[in-house]
Amino acid sequence: MQKITRDVLVSKAISLLEDGNVSHVLGWRKGEFDYDITPSVFSEKEDIENNFVWNDFCGANFSKYLVQKTRKLEGKILVFLKPCDTYSFNQLLTEHRFDRDNVYAVGIPCEGMADISKVKKICGEGISSIDFDGDNILVNTVYEDAPIVIDAKSVLSERCINCKSKKHVAFDELIGEEGEIIESGRFDEVEKLEKMTPDERFEFWQSELSKCIRCNACRDVCPACTCEKCVFDNPKSGVENKAPANSFEEKMFHIIRAFHVAGRCTDCGECSRVCPQDIPLHLLNRKFIKDIDNFYGEYQAGAEVGSRAPLVDYTTEDVEPSDIFEGRNG
Amino acid sequence: MFKSSLNSINEIFAKIAENATLYLPSDNKDGNAVYTKWENGVVWSNSLNTVKSPKDFFFPQVEDMMAFKTEGKNIEINDIREESEDFVVFGVRACDVRSFDILDRVFLVDPCDSYYANRREHGIIISVACTKPSETCFCKTFDIDATNPGGDITVWKTEDSLYWSANTDRGRELLSKLNLEECGDEAVNEQKAKTEAILNKLPLANLNTDGFGGDKTDALFDRPEWKTLSESCLGCGTCTFVCPTCQCYDIKDFNTGNQVIRYRCWDSCMYSDFTKMAHGNNRLSQVERFRQRFMHKLVYYPANNDGIFGCAGCGRCVSKCPISMNIVKVMKTLGGND
Ligand code: SF4
Ligand code: SF4
Ligand code: SF4
Ligand code: SF4
Repeated sequence: MQKITRDVLVSKAISLLEDGNVSHVLGWRKGEFDYDITPSVFSEKEDIENNFVWNDFCGANFSKYLVQKTRKLEGKILVFLKPCDTYSFNQLLTEHRFDRDNVYAVGIPCEGMADISKVKKICGEGISSIDFDGDNILVNTVYEDAPIVIDAKSVLSERCINCKSKKHVAFDELIGEEGEIIESGRFDEVEKLEKMTPDERFEFWQSELSKCIRCNACRDVCPACTCEKCVFDNPKSGVENKAPANSFEEKMFHIIRAFHVAGRCTDCGECSRVCPQDIPLHLLNRKFIKDIDNFYGEYQAGAEVGSRAPLVDYTTEDVEPSDIFEGRNG
Repeated sequence: MFKSSLNSINEIFAKIAENATLYLPSDNKDGNAVYTKWENGVVWSNSLNTVKSPKDFFFPQVEDMMAFKTEGKNIEINDIREESEDFVVFGVRACDVRSFDILDRVFLVDPCDSYYANRREHGIIISVACTKPSETCFCKTFDIDATNPGGDITVWKTEDSLYWSANTDRGRELLSKLNLEECGDEAVNEQKAKTEAILNKLPLANLNTDGFGGDKTDALFDRPEWKTLSESCLGCGTCTFVCPTCQCYDIKDFNTGNQVIRYRCWDSCMYSDFTKMAHGNNRLSQVERFRQRFMHKLVYYPANNDGIFGCAGCGRCVSKCPISMNIVKVMKTLGGND
């Protein structure tokens, strides 16, 4: 369960609104079943009181919304940022995607978010409401009289099991205790893939990517994908495509996207969270992160504003292409 | 009414598969149900429904339509469509059975879409009544009876048995080949009543269509709520691609170097390049695109189809939208629901 309560965030939002410090609040809006939360703009006190939520299902990262919202909305926007969200926030600032002056960022601690599909694997269908009690999630369903008690740790989403940082790298104000950067096991799965033979690896990605329905949710939610017009949507680009026409094209989309965000992907995990087909897209991006760390020295996209990503920078220390080739064969 | 034991299901599948390719929901390695070609060892899923709808069987996500070859001034046009062989889709839920009716009214009216019609003619639908509906289900809103799903054959599942009843001639023909034991309908009625009780307890059980329908364009089109409803929509199109009733497509040419293949693929009204033509785009903002999807299902479709709504209440968009915005929230905000 989250240590900071909803009420703390609600009163923070309302006081900043009422004092005129901000005119809008980016927050999580209550849904129908306690887990289906919608990122939303709040501007009225009453709306916040009634509909703002903060619980284990508030996974959505608001950073990317700032690109659009700072252009469209008048006045300052209050945004609540979990530690991982702050990396996307900085990365977008590095790329000059929104005006920092239009945003008031409040960092909030996060105990990790639940994955609703993991919850449903335990409690089944028919959720009528969800409550939180200490480390437990209590799920009421139409099939059971008593709530089903689930240990929140057992349903953490993948990106939270492998959380890289409980520390906020950007904020105007912090609520709660600041955390630390974590040594996570986020590259363990990548290492497993590296140990495979090329054929096995090809087989792995083939079977994963062939599930793709090209809904574009991964791209559209990605804070590193903020092109005004994606090449894949541009009829004039020659590569525009609305469907995975064949198995080659299917992989192309993902590989091109992974290259495009290489060095800019902060590993926020939104792509894997939203994929309706449960494709582990984060593994592709983490492979790039791991290789960059390896060849150019440790680099975390979004750790600070203005850093030059290794792939768009040049230093005389840079690795030689031949070393990379040997690294791959060695 | 005919009966078989649940244990003998694989033998029945084998029998069906003797004469036609059989597809049924089976869990993939992620534990998600996917329509899968049946062969020995393929296990029928216990999940309520598949992530992707069975729409693909009749209106596939991508399909080749024709090919052109040019030599000098001659153009050769080749019909490269794959003629469908007979196939059987087992395990279709009531919502998805309705979706076929919704699609039929689009693709089978004059001028009939021969690609779709061809597949419809070759496909036999065996529906299975729901026993464990989800909180995201709201078929009842559209007068769909989840306990009596229809199709060519209907199947009801109880603890240990399956009950079979044919609804069409080709359903009867197939069923007669399965040599099942005749029985009364007591067990089925009992199961129906149980499911009925659950359906009435679902969180969306009381969702109604008040305020929507063919004559509501003027009342709904300019409602200010569209803006807030759509404010965080990513325009990703997940809702349209998992939806069993979304029917828009694009036709494109793919130049392979020695010939041009004309294919069609699903399109989404949520996309910025949807129906982009010589004159440009007709819906320039995401609010307009978002509104279109719901107005189509709840107003324009019924206007052209005797008041039948273009949504089957399957709940796929409810569970798969990355921002959890969906037709239910739209209906609750704009309609006559409390
Ligand atoms: S979200 Fe998943 S299914 Fe959709 S395009 Fe991305 S990888 Fe494919
Ligand atoms: S409503 Fe949801 S699924 Fe549909 S386009 Fe918008 S964000 Fe994507
Ligand atoms: S609009 Fe949503 S609930 Fe309705 S049929 Fe389509 S996916 Fe199912
Ligand atoms: S929407 Fe109705 S028919 Fe469809 S799966 Fe749910 S209960 Fe069954």
